[in-house]
Amino acid sequence: MLGVFLAQDLVLFYIFWEFTLIPMYFLIGIWGGERRVYAAVKFFLFTMAGSVLMLVSILFIGWQAGTFSVPLLMAARETFAAAQTWLFIAFAIAFAIKVPMFPLHTWLPDAHVEAPTAGSVILAGVLLKMGAYGFLRFNIPLFPEAAIAAAPVMAVLAVIGIIYGALVAYSQKDVKKLVAYSSVSHMGFVMLGLFALNMQSVSGAILQMVNHGLSTGGLFLVVGMLYDRRHTREMSAFGGLWKVVPVMGTLMLIITLSSAGLPGLNGFVGEFTILTGAFNSSVLNNFWFAGVAALGVILAAVYLLSMFEKVFLGPITHDENRNLKDVSWREIAILVPILLVIFWIGLYPTPFFNLINPAVEKLVGVVTQAALLP
Amino acid sequence: MTQTDLIAILPLLVLIGWAMVVMLADLWIPANRKGITGLLAAAGLAAALGLTVARWSLLRNATTAFYGMFVLDGFSLFVDILVLATGLVTIGLAYDYMKRIDLHGGTFYLLLMFSVAGMMVMAHANDLILVFLALEMLSIPLYVMAGLARGNKRSEEAALKYFLLGAFASGFVLYGVAMIFGATARTDLPGIMAAATGEPILAPLFLVGAVMLIVGFGFKVAAVPFQWWTPDVYQGAPTPVTAFMSVAVKVAGFAALLRVFLTAFPSLAGQLTPFFYGMAVLTMIIGNVVAVAQTNIKRLLAYSSIAQAGYLLMAFVPFGVREVTSDLVASALFFLAAYGLASIGMWSVVIALEEKEGKGLEIADFTGLGRKYPWLGAAVTVFMLSFTGVPMTLGFWGKFFLFRTVITGGYLELALIGLVLSIISAYYYLRIVVVMFMKEGESTPKLEPWIIAVAGVTAVALVVLSFVPGGLLDAASHALLLLQ
Repeated sequence: MLGVFLAQDLVLFYIFWEFTLIPMYFLIGIWGGERRVYAAVKFFLFTMAGSVLMLVSILFIGWQAGTFSVPLLMAARETFAAAQTWLFIAFAIAFAIKVPMFPLHTWLPDAHVEAPTAGSVILAGVLLKMGAYGFLRFNIPLFPEAAIAAAPVMAVLAVIGIIYGALVAYSQKDVKKLVAYSSVSHMGFVMLGLFALNMQSVSGAILQMVNHGLSTGGLFLVVGMLYDRRHTREMSAFGGLWKVVPVMGTLMLIITLSSAGLPGLNGFVGEFTILTGAFNSSVLNNFWFAGVAALGVILAAVYLLSMFEKVFLGPITHDENRNLKDVSWREIAILVPILLVIFWIGLYPTPFFNLINPAVEKLVGVVTQAALLP
Repeated sequence: MTQTDLIAILPLLVLIGWAMVVMLADLWIPANRKGITGLLAAAGLAAALGLTVARWSLLRNATTAFYGMFVLDGFSLFVDILVLATGLVTIGLAYDYMKRIDLHGGTFYLLLMFSVAGMMVMAHANDLILVFLALEMLSIPLYVMAGLARGNKRSEEAALKYFLLGAFASGFVLYGVAMIFGATARTDLPGIMAAATGEPILAPLFLVGAVMLIVGFGFKVAAVPFQWWTPDVYQGAPTPVTAFMSVAVKVAGFAALLRVFLTAFPSLAGQLTPFFYGMAVLTMIIGNVVAVAQTNIKRLLAYSSIAQAGYLLMAFVPFGVREVTSDLVASALFFLAAYGLASIGMWSVVIALEEKEGKGLEIADFTGLGRKYPWLGAAVTVFMLSFTGVPMTLGFWGKFFLFRTVITGGYLELALIGLVLSIISAYYYLRIVVVMFMKEGESTPKLEPWIIAVAGVTAVALVVLSFVPGGLLDAASHALLLLQ
């Protein structure tokens, strides 16, 4: 997976991109839950379907420009400018499946639910970022004109993803499925940020990618811990856990709130920058995108808090839950670093933005240049 | 016949001469120790392989022998090496298998040597008459080999079916040669090329002749719509024979197609491209789609080999586009090498699982294999991923170069069709991985040393070579530089 993020050459990138499939496929398929085979195969076929389109476009670009190296391609953009709409679509489908964007998200809940905890964390923390990274690294800089043209469509899909993911998440009974759909919603924010295509929104989107990895990863960890103890993830099987496992409850509360975007925690910073960016976006030029997306923040609070309430608050409804063990030191050692970063980004995000901004400036520079050209 | 002629065919002479000797020696080898015949045959193939490799490293430019009938160039040597190596590995696969399923007798090894010799002649043939002779020389031993398991109904059916349809296809080739001769008054490939580009010729006759050649060879490489025999024959023939057929016969068939069509018929590219286009698309569709429904591993691999032939046929579509011909040959040879490695490896595992009377050949028999024998399971996974064309296996580069050629040749939509169909292929290839690793079961492979060695070496080669695909591609391009 590291290779995906380091590759400067389209072919190399493709190799690493495809190769990440295989370990993930086995993680889900061997150590997963009951419907693991179905989930693993669905995951593999979905992603592969996207990547072959990308492979065709990579080969096409290589033929037209005579090189696969990304910096050289950036310089020789006009050689394939004529076909860039098609190329953009092909790349976008590949990345959108991975992100996943509505309506290509259906593999995600299956994969998440069936995957073992570690697998879910990797999925949420790294794999989904590959898609967003792909947009950022290849789609927008290589085909900026097409990106601008497609921005409203992508933004609409992103907003649908936000709202749809949130609504579906609310109606879930399984905690893990809920978190999985919240991923769809959160990654919608990332996509909205990316395709608002201005400085603020793009850097917000990048920060939100980090946030999503932290909070969703954290949620999956806690859910995994609960599952280890009770071997179920049905929310109805829990309730009132706060009284039994207060430490776990506290940790979970913080992560949940960070995911819901409480000011002072990381989620707020990311979502806020994305939304202000999207409001001011000259490419989208319509405040409705951000307006509707903001509803997603409220919905996130609704489903996350109701989940928290069903699991941790209220009276203890099931006797089995009375003698659950609280978190062990090993589990605390996993969660604490995540919490520290959550607070750090929430209270003092400047170092992160300083890291992100130079790269974003360049990207936005390419886009504005493209926008100025007729 | 001069001295240079004899030197030109030296590996071939060694192989055939040795085959005669072994045939005689076999009469004195006791019936329960026919493994000795196998070892002797392997020695012959290894000697021929050694000579060919030595010649490969010494070869600087292409030459001809026997008055231009026999050509000695990089392309033919590359094919020779592939075919000889396949033959050698096949003996390894058959060595224990033959005893295990009560197939005694040294006939198999002898026939194998003759068939390999025929394939080598095919690779070197520079004249349509010689092409036809080579075709018969490689096919007739195969008809017998398919029916080696006498008394087994499926094997008999396989032999008969293969023989009848194969004879029919040979007839097509011969008829095509006759028509081409009628149109150009030549049978040597350069002569046909010159005649076709020079004075006006009987164009329709020429075209029909070329199409008949496509039909004949289409049968040999199992291209749709000439693929009907493949699943039955692959299923019925003893498994090492199937392994040999699925690799060596394909290599030889495609070698002949490449040479004949690139050197003799570029002028017909306009008319022939639609044929290849249609055949490639149909072959890919039928191979991939029907494979999904198979439950028998041999039939599944048969359809998979049809699908792979379809990818290879794509390489022929732009054969008239001058700029890509060199890429075309190189990528086709590369793909064949990658396919051959994965195929032989997979067949070795199938052989390990097979039991008497054709049992142990269902996909269900792979259940739990990966859990019990993780290394064997990993090897099968590598083969399947290589067939699918997933990176970090050689199969990826095979597809990569092939599709690149097709796209550079200007057939973007064809490449798209091929890639979309390879998603379907991912489904059935992965099914084997799924049953191996993700289901509990009792799988009892026979871990015979040669079979494990073949599976291990091919799997490692597929992965290691994928990090340095340049080496093999260079070899393939080297082959092509010396193509006449």
